[in-house]
Amino acid sequence: MSVASQDTAVKTGSIAKVFIYLILVLFALFYLLPLYVMLTNSLKPLSEITGGDMMSLPKAWTIEAWLSAWSTAQVGVSPTGLRPYFINSILMVVPAVAISTVLGALNGYILTKWRFRGDTLLFGLMLFACFIPFQIVLIPMARILGILGIAGSTQGLVLVHVVYGIGFSTLYFRNYYASFPTELVRAAMIDGAGFFRIFWRIMLPVSGPIAVVTIIWQFTNIWNDFLFGASFAGLSAMPMTVALNNLVNSSTGVREYNVHFAGAIMAALPTLLVYIVAGRFFVRGLMAGSVKG
Amino acid sequence: MGFLDISHVSKAYGSVQVLHEVDISVEEGEFIVLVGPSGCGKSTLMNMIAGLEPITTGDISIRGRLMNGVHPSKRNIAMVFQSYALYPNMTVAQNMTFGLEMHGVPKAERDRLLADVARLLQIDHLLERKPGHLSGGQRQRVAMGRALVRNPDVFLFDEPLSNLDAKLRVDMRTEIKKLHQKLGTTIVYVTHDQIEALTLSTRIAVMNKGYIQQLGTPKEIYDTPANLFVATFMGSPAMNILPATIKVRDGVAFAEIADAQGRLQSLQFSQKNLASWDGKEILLGIRPEAITDIDGADRKSQNIQRFSNVVTVIEPAGSDTFVTMTVSGRDVVARMRADASVAARDRFEFAVNMDKAVVFDPKTEARIPG
Ligand SMILES: Nc1ncnc2c1ncn2[C@@H]1O[C@H](COP(=O)(O)OP(=O)(O)OP(=O)(O)O)[C@@H](O)[C@H]1O
Ligand SMILES: [Mg+2]
Repeated sequence: MSVASQDTAVKTGSIAKVFIYLILVLFALFYLLPLYVMLTNSLKPLSEITGGDMMSLPKAWTIEAWLSAWSTAQVGVSPTGLRPYFINSILMVVPAVAISTVLGALNGYILTKWRFRGDTLLFGLMLFACFIPFQIVLIPMARILGILGIAGSTQGLVLVHVVYGIGFSTLYFRNYYASFPTELVRAAMIDGAGFFRIFWRIMLPVSGPIAVVTIIWQFTNIWNDFLFGASFAGLSAMPMTVALNNLVNSSTGVREYNVHFAGAIMAALPTLLVYIVAGRFFVRGLMAGSVKG
Repeated sequence: MGFLDISHVSKAYGSVQVLHEVDISVEEGEFIVLVGPSGCGKSTLMNMIAGLEPITTGDISIRGRLMNGVHPSKRNIAMVFQSYALYPNMTVAQNMTFGLEMHGVPKAERDRLLADVARLLQIDHLLERKPGHLSGGQRQRVAMGRALVRNPDVFLFDEPLSNLDAKLRVDMRTEIKKLHQKLGTTIVYVTHDQIEALTLSTRIAVMNKGYIQQLGTPKEIYDTPANLFVATFMGSPAMNILPATIKVRDGVAFAEIADAQGRLQSLQFSQKNLASWDGKEILLGIRPEAITDIDGADRKSQNIQRFSNVVTVIEPAGSDTFVTMTVSGRDVVARMRADASVAARDRFEFAVNMDKAVVFDPKTEARIPG
């Protein structure tokens, strides 16, 4: 890929090249600036922030703020730190991502390989899920969670995110499977494989790229969600995003900026990690889909 | 009742009728080729035999067992697809034994069958590779191997050679024919290549627009095509079709045709039953190899007619030379020996083998049987 892009790249003079790289570096620095501010200030004692300037490196390095944000800081009414809420978020995001991805794959498989009357219409309706603004469903969803008896719980949040996520995951998998040769499914039928066997043995093994795309997409959206978390989670199920907000807004005298910075980085770390680990596949998966589909 | 019976089978997609009352009865061990232009319904018929498409009306049975509604895996058939349809995530060995595994054949038995077939097709050394790392010809063999290990009642081939280059296609054609002679399994084979049809089959079903136009041995199809469509579709170069008037003198029928300068000449028919057509227009069908120079004429023929005409173009093609001329306003191709002494724009004396001529009714386009 890199060879091809080098060959096809327009030849530019060396002065222009220096100029281009200069601009790129400037942009990169600009984008990295917030991260720099957060990181350095989370490693300073509070006095250095309130007394000095935000941009300087810490004079006395300390991880005090991180420890506090993790386990002792005041979040809302209790001094628990962010740890319990981090765990809540994990308990919510893992099943929600897993379920919505698996269901999306199954839907995509059915919508492309087991066509039935009205399947296109059904798919069109499912796509609506991608466009409905969150705010519209808040009240009906609260009612449904109440009826199901899972209001305020982690299961309730999982359900909400799965329902919202299926639209996207179905879209991804359907478009990916549309370019998967139907003759393979027919060959497997003649070989005697049934519905699930074909899915498991023939379709899933080649679904790697699109599964990565879906997982990253779902993970980021669900982890970063604030509205559903704030609306539907009780105290015991509160996710990281909401807890972070409470941490920042809990006023017990002085504002501990260093603790806030540390907490914010903690909240962002899992998505960063997912991108770093799976990012290469993410781009590859998007490319594969767009070229073939 | 045959081995594979297709009786009164029709297929409609909504209001579009794509197959009309197809009737084919296949004997055990036959090699039936379905041939026809693109979109004539060959794959549709094939998929109905395989059980991949429901039958709209009519019956299909294999070994006397009615197959309507029976699941593809329970018909004891195997299919080779145009794209080969090899499972990309499995090795060659896994590809070939997947069907056996699904049918609950024990591992030891699977390995034995795999080894047998791999040896037969000479793909032993490829068993651990993935399909992505095989050449077109090798994929083709694996696809056939996957069908063979199942030891099915009927093999279905849907244009298996159309993705190969010309040379490989000829080689694999011979290979398939050898395989059939060795195993004697019943084969239904779809192609739109008429040469494949003529060389491989024991019988050919020529299809057009959802109708079976003619079902017969390659010789029947080639020598006595049922109608104009079959006559022009089968054979390369195509059969010459020219308008002619029938003249009957002393009870003997002649075809009156015009040479390039409009001069009328008569060719005496071998066919005896044309008296009632006296004075009427017909379409005369003559294959290129039935028009030669006089020395090159078929010695076994009872009725060689002479015909003199101006040569338009000469195309030497190695073993043969194709000679084009104008007859009754149409281009006519003659196929001659390479050493025939013909020159363009000269008048030349042709020998026409009228034993091989066929006559079509211009209204119905059906052959007037002799
Ligand atoms: N699902 C479908 N819905 C509507 N029409 C269809 C469908 N599948 C096939 N057809 C039509 O049925 C006709 C026969 O198709 P079929 O695939 O059997 O042709 P074919 O003879 O195999 O052609 P080719 O040589 O191009 O493969 C075509 O006119 C096609 O448009
Ligand atoms: Mg076809």
